[in-house]
Amino acid sequence: MSKFSSRITKLSVAVLTIAGLTASVASADTLSDTMSQGYVKCGVNTGLPGFSVADQTGKWSGIDVDVCRAVAAAVLGDASKVKYTPLTAKERFTALQSGEIDILSRNTTWTETRDASLGLNFAGVNFYDGQAFMVHKSLGVKNANELNGAAVCVQSGTTTELNLASYFASHGMKYKSVSYDTTDQVRNGYESGRCGVMTSDSSQLHALQSTLKNPAGSVILPQIISKEPLGPVVRQGDDVWFNIVKWSYNAMVAAEERGITSKNVDKLKATTKDPAIKRILGLEGRLGENLHLKKDWAYNIIKQVGNYGESYYRNVGMGSPLKIKRGLNAQWKDGGLQYSPPFK
Amino acid sequence: MEVYKKIEAKKAPSSSVGAIIWMRKNLFSSPLNTAMTLLAIAFLFWVIPPFIKWAITDANFKGTTKADCTGDGACWVFIKVKLQMFMYGFYPEVERWRVNLTYGLFLVVIVAFKYLKHSMTKIAIATVYFIIAFFLIHGGYFGLAEVDTNKWGGLMLTIVISAVGIIFSFPLGILFAFGRDSKLPIIKSISVTYIEFIRAVPLITILFLSAVILPLFFPEGISFNKLLRAMIGLVLFEAAYVSETIRGGLQAIPSGQHEAADAIGLSYWQKMLLIILPQALKVAIPNLVGVFISLFQNTTLVLIIGLFDLLAMVQLTTSDAHWLGFETEGYVFVTLVFWVFCYLMSKYSKSLENRFNTDLK
Repeated sequence: MSKFSSRITKLSVAVLTIAGLTASVASADTLSDTMSQGYVKCGVNTGLPGFSVADQTGKWSGIDVDVCRAVAAAVLGDASKVKYTPLTAKERFTALQSGEIDILSRNTTWTETRDASLGLNFAGVNFYDGQAFMVHKSLGVKNANELNGAAVCVQSGTTTELNLASYFASHGMKYKSVSYDTTDQVRNGYESGRCGVMTSDSSQLHALQSTLKNPAGSVILPQIISKEPLGPVVRQGDDVWFNIVKWSYNAMVAAEERGITSKNVDKLKATTKDPAIKRILGLEGRLGENLHLKKDWAYNIIKQVGNYGESYYRNVGMGSPLKIKRGLNAQWKDGGLQYSPPFK
Repeated sequence: MEVYKKIEAKKAPSSSVGAIIWMRKNLFSSPLNTAMTLLAIAFLFWVIPPFIKWAITDANFKGTTKADCTGDGACWVFIKVKLQMFMYGFYPEVERWRVNLTYGLFLVVIVAFKYLKHSMTKIAIATVYFIIAFFLIHGGYFGLAEVDTNKWGGLMLTIVISAVGIIFSFPLGILFAFGRDSKLPIIKSISVTYIEFIRAVPLITILFLSAVILPLFFPEGISFNKLLRAMIGLVLFEAAYVSETIRGGLQAIPSGQHEAADAIGLSYWQKMLLIILPQALKVAIPNLVGVFISLFQNTTLVLIIGLFDLLAMVQLTTSDAHWLGFETEGYVFVTLVFWVFCYLMSKYSKSLENRFNTDLK
């Protein structure tokens, strides 16, 4: 029976792959579909601290969720008009390909394979994540290259483990791996002193740190040893929709760069003389028409969702329990990678 | 006529009653048993006091935020704060009376079943109840606001999925059990193929098929409700197991019963429904309840396709950045809820067994 069932599994994997590769490019006019149904269909994580989480009224929040809200504000003028579909890692791409959702904003790493072979387009990077180390403060380690000989707690069977091995090998250092099956176990192992160092994605480490008995007793080292650019994804073949998602996100980044916030946007709209701000807010130029949207599309985003900095602050930054520093996610002017092409 | 005087029975001798004797008989009857007893006691001493310390003595019950959890033990505040989510998911607060009313009606139906004799009335009542329950929970008619299935969650979703699973897989299972014993070759081979195919595939695969692969085969724009897809998958899966359980019951019926029914000229369906099935079901009750209990527990697998049943709700609530790190409390709570439900189900099966027990033992 087990042989048979493994064959079935193989068969279903094969069907899945073929179906995934040949999935017909869904309806080419997502924008007018969205307009007529009155909501944006957005796929999110089933629960990831700071990225997407629901409260008991079914209201979703998080930095990934804000991308969906921004698109809804731009297209429909109301950030709350989103239908969220919580997805697991395995079903996420199928849900997008089959048209069950129109945007996938679910901490999805942008890789060449996904971009080029799944019939998908990545519309930007709303969070630059990467693998990092957390150490007990008592070790006095300030830098990842001081970790020679350390015992490292890691989740087994993940790319995290491979990144760890290649980092230590490339720096000519030795380490002892202590692997566990789930993140909870990794945390318990770290807390009980089985290892002095723990490694995982940076955002994950911050979430785990806040659950430790003594969060201040640990420190997350600044080095990032892998690239995990996370961003919203759309179907290939509908460039109007692709542009809308890409520029909705860019509007949030550009608004932060120009100092437009949800609080001062009304005042700026009435008083500003800056042509760049005027263009973003739809007072000048044809930017809205170019995207097949109304003039005030970006105003609605900033007013209802806020700029990128505000979203970051309340979901994962200092205004949240996660307290993740801006790091790579700072504006380009501040040494980060968040850079919006010009609104011209 | 001679009158006999009733003599009171003598009490058992003191050497065979009492706590010490009972212990000697049951716990310390041999060196091996003594050793096992001592080991068991040591184990309980090792496990229970720390658990009580964690769950009660050092636990936090008061408060509304994470900051109120100051003790070393469990933080039941978390459960208290998130209880509504565990129970109803995202079901709108003002509409929750509809779910409660459905639960209440269910109890009424169970009590009514105890006093009703006629099985046709029972089936009629159950059908009516099911229709009412659907309209109450889903709404959209008779002035009730529609509550979309993506708002269903928590214990309520667990119960809905298992109720649908049990109600539909039962008749379907009976049909396949009849089919497998049928003399008609086509029906027999269809039933055998179906049962053997389904039983060779894990439930997870079927749920994945229904959630991930099925949507790709539908034409663009037609999206089939995800919950409905999961329910259909579960019903088809469980029907195969129910059918094998019932077939076990069918085989326990002596062939004389079949022959007698044939001899008095009953048709196939009269024979099966009036003579064979009632006896077969009686034999199959304990195993059937076992299947239904495992169905109830299997419903937790829907979390892998992104439906928020009770267990998935725990995972969602523990990813709330303000409430990180309370997985243990959540899982203990879920364990307790599942235990209560499964225990009630097995108690109910016991009472059914007693009611239908016509054996002359």
